[in-house]
Amino acid sequence: MNSASTCTVIDIKGLGKRYSITRGAPEDRSSLRDALSRSIANVGARLMLRPVPASAPAREEFWALDDVSIGIREGERVGIIGKNGAGKSTLLKILSRITEPTSGSVRIKGRVASLLEVGTGFHPELTGRENIFLNGAILGMNRQEIRRKFDEIVAFSEVEKFLDTPVKRYSSGMYVRLAFAVAAHLEPEILIVDEVLAVGDTQFQKKCLGKMEEVGRQGRTVLFVSHNMIALQSLCDRSIWLDQGRVVDDGDSGAVVARYLQRTSQMVLEQSWDDPASAPGNGQVRLCSARLDCGQTGHATVATPLAVEFTLENDLPGVELNYSMHLYSLDGTCVFNSASRSFIAQRSRVKGVCHIPANLLNAEVYRVKIMVVRDKSLPLFEAKDALVFEVSDVERDGAWFGKWAGVVRPDLAWEIETAAPGDRQL
Amino acid sequence: MEETVPHELLIEPNRPALHYWRDAWRYRELFYFLVWRDILVRYKQTVVGVSWSVLRPLLTMLAFTLVFGLLAKLPSDGTPYPLLVFAAMLPWNFFANALSEGSNSLIGNANLLTKIYFPRIIIPASTLVVSLIDFAISMAIMAGMMLWYGYLPGWRIVTLPLFLALAMLAVAGCALWCAALNVRYRDFRFLVPFLLQFGLYVSPVGFASSMVPEKWRLIYSFNPMVGVIDGFRWALLTGKTEIYWPGLLVSTALSAALLLSGLWYFRKTERVLADVI
Repeated sequence: MNSASTCTVIDIKGLGKRYSITRGAPEDRSSLRDALSRSIANVGARLMLRPVPASAPAREEFWALDDVSIGIREGERVGIIGKNGAGKSTLLKILSRITEPTSGSVRIKGRVASLLEVGTGFHPELTGRENIFLNGAILGMNRQEIRRKFDEIVAFSEVEKFLDTPVKRYSSGMYVRLAFAVAAHLEPEILIVDEVLAVGDTQFQKKCLGKMEEVGRQGRTVLFVSHNMIALQSLCDRSIWLDQGRVVDDGDSGAVVARYLQRTSQMVLEQSWDDPASAPGNGQVRLCSARLDCGQTGHATVATPLAVEFTLENDLPGVELNYSMHLYSLDGTCVFNSASRSFIAQRSRVKGVCHIPANLLNAEVYRVKIMVVRDKSLPLFEAKDALVFEVSDVERDGAWFGKWAGVVRPDLAWEIETAAPGDRQL
Repeated sequence: MEETVPHELLIEPNRPALHYWRDAWRYRELFYFLVWRDILVRYKQTVVGVSWSVLRPLLTMLAFTLVFGLLAKLPSDGTPYPLLVFAAMLPWNFFANALSEGSNSLIGNANLLTKIYFPRIIIPASTLVVSLIDFAISMAIMAGMMLWYGYLPGWRIVTLPLFLALAMLAVAGCALWCAALNVRYRDFRFLVPFLLQFGLYVSPVGFASSMVPEKWRLIYSFNPMVGVIDGFRWALLTGKTEIYWPGLLVSTALSAALLLSGLWYFRKTERVLADVI
């Protein structure tokens, strides 16, 4: 065990998982009645010496995982990313032995704990105390282990006062805290975590991330699936990108996440809401359209000035409104927030245009969130991802062709002075 | 203790059964906890939980005594009719409870099955143990009734555990089949309550099995509960109930066959369980 850090603890070879879906069936579980009537029809046909009718509904097969090979070394923290349906959950389920693979093999060295859900097996009628024991056992701890860590779990969960209350009376926040507290005190050699941090408040999420980082530092191997790219990058050194059941990218988290985000983001350059009912708004004020204007060339580059246009429709006469726009990079970092001047809106449409100068944004994908604010202080509503656009790079002088670092790439003024040869003073 | 042993795990299609039973033993702690959970939840609402398991058998016993004993005037082999009925209701209710709980057990724990690995057999096995609690309560009622009638059991009562074991054998096989079929076919759960109701009347619960004509008795024993019920009456009551040995043998052999085939089908279903549930 101590000859360690290069030893492969999870060795996945040619792993495949095939599912078959029955087309036309409302549920995937078939009914006994159908099965019986089908087999009776078959027997009947055989008795009558007629060919057996092909009555089975069309079955379609697909490979949720297709020839996946991955080696994970001891102490590595590996993130798994991919769209919904890319095979991430299937992979975790096979590694957790919940489902069997169709082909290939996995060799795992060490005790595995998998956390595919927070609070698996929690029973609403039981008290917090009882659920700690139950959930601990479900996650693979034995009684002595749970007793030993009981106080620590309770302290971590911050629900001491309600230990003897049935968890059905807990708020959802308390429920999640208690559930995660149990899971966080597992001591496996390999920890497999699915998107469990999507729940709970931000404060507690940070605490959990911290606890997991601690797990990683203790030399344990962590496998982590998340859609939260910031969490994933801060937690994992290496990431694997799955798409349609195959590994398409594997390497340093920063690089893989960047490539993933670039390829998968859907651009929204123009959007309009014709139906007032479904438009973002609050009943009196609603958004009609959002549009990115890139000038004559029609596409955004780091060297084009951009205009972001919004139109709103207002039903209240004489209210004081203003637009407020947030611009985010794809990983969720806010690049800036910019507010328009306030205007007194009548019952009419109001167009607002925000000008982003050339040579400010970097070559990246950006998301726009627009808010409408009343009386300079009260946000009426917001529309997330009102626009999503990519700024591309332009040909440039010099030898550096890689991406410039930084959230923005402003063209700032530089002054260069060169002294005459031999002169030590400028 | 186990965690100090570094163990290596190989996951591949069609893992051998040997590992399965070793794992089942390893996960015994979870088994205890599931039993503990079900008992706890069941008797949390103590008033409803306990009084229900007292009232239900008592009421059924009353109905049978009225209909078969007083109205139809069926022979009771020389024991008070309520005792004759209740001695049969002990194993029958155990069978019925364990079967209906067991057949719903996989579906009811679907959230566990799709999130956590453990040998799935633990789930129906734990419901079987929980049903024993209800059985114990019914036994206490039986003891009370025997006191009331001033009825003393003979030496044969020491054989009762054997017949209880036979009842468990019968119900374990049926429950494994039903639990697995319930997962495979979503309309199977409607069939189980019907079969149980039907079974209550074709099993010798409301009457003594001596009522069945001699030439049909062997055929009748193909119902695995016939041997069990006769055995309970023979062990608990001092009347002239006799054990019909060929029937008991048939019942036992059939129960054993049900258990073995049930295990086979359960294991087969278990492999695809998380994908179809």
